[in-house]
Amino acid sequence: MTFQSVDAWWWPFFFILVAGWFATDSWRYLGVYFGGRLREDSEALVFVRCVATALVAAVIGNLIVFPSGALIDVPLAIRILAAASGFIAYLTLRRSVLVGILVAETVLAASLLIIPGL
Amino acid sequence: MQQADLPVTPPSPDDSRLWFLRGMRASFSVPGLILSSAFIGFAGLAKAAGLTLWETVFMVLVVWALPGKVVLIGAILSGSSIFSAAFAVALSSIRLMPMVVSLVPELRAPKTPKWVLYVLSHFVAVTSWVLAMDQLRHVPRDMRTSYYAGLGGTLVVGNAILTGIVYLIAGSLPAPVMAGLLLLTPIYFLTSLWGSARERASLYAMAIGIVLGPLVHLYVPGFDLLIAGLAGGCGAFALHMLIDKRRSQ
Repeated sequence: MTFQSVDAWWWPFFFILVAGWFATDSWRYLGVYFGGRLREDSEALVFVRCVATALVAAVIGNLIVFPSGALIDVPLAIRILAAASGFIAYLTLRRSVLVGILVAETVLAASLLIIPGL
Repeated sequence: MQQADLPVTPPSPDDSRLWFLRGMRASFSVPGLILSSAFIGFAGLAKAAGLTLWETVFMVLVVWALPGKVVLIGAILSGSSIFSAAFAVALSSIRLMPMVVSLVPELRAPKTPKWVLYVLSHFVAVTSWVLAMDQLRHVPRDMRTSYYAGLGGTLVVGNAILTGIVYLIAGSLPAPVMAGLLLLTPIYFLTSLWGSARERASLYAMAIGIVLGPLVHLYVPGFDLLIAGLAGGCGAFALHMLIDKRRSQ
């Protein structure tokens, strides 16, 4: 029952509906239902944010260490270097997401230009 | 539409349209621009993961929140079953609930029908939420749903179109440009997750999750996100109880 395992045109859309839309909008609808009756700073919500953040961070790690497409041909060390320099630039230069993106992309481009054969 | 009657007359369609348009205009802002760069990256990611154009655009429209979509793509790449993919996406999307809970009191007027709020809640994701929480207090209460419909609707439809266009041209891009495109998603989340963290516990979770994800992927690819998310989340929460609580006492 994976994304690729059922050979029917509607299966990917069904997969996205169940694992994407239903899994996401249920929480939004619950939010409307509870509207204004839930405390933002309770310890339960801190825990919920921990799990969600760790999950997304795990995907980020996978995207850097086990990438797909054109990033496969870029050596792991350069992928980590580019991401790390973007992140450090973000932390040190006014916490701007845009600055982080620009620095990471520049480091990647420079590495690809300098190192022969890439 | 006599001016003197304004406080008691129900909002006219003209007023609603004006505030809808103002909401649309609010989507063209620095946070909106940064979000668009993330969707340019998402288009490349979805194409590299083997999704078709319509599957990609469909995913943007029905899921909308970027973390959920990136987790869904991650689950597809890991070969997860539909159930464990749904579970992982649901875990990554719980945070939407408290966001909607805090937005609803800002959004609703006394006569706002419940169904309008349910429809509008679909637009809630980090960027539209941050913009709305910032701007809504400057909008007359009766006009807030119109305003948010303009803001959220423009962000969703605009980025769906953008994603489709980038998907179509991604095939003809040279490999180094494509590599740069695929780097956008991780770097966008590295920085914006750190920036949107409300407490130190989320920073621990980020540090643990980013290491645990690839490690677990080596051994149990189909369940890597669930295991890394739950174990990393529990670990971060334990650290939070040990360090932050002790410090504050």
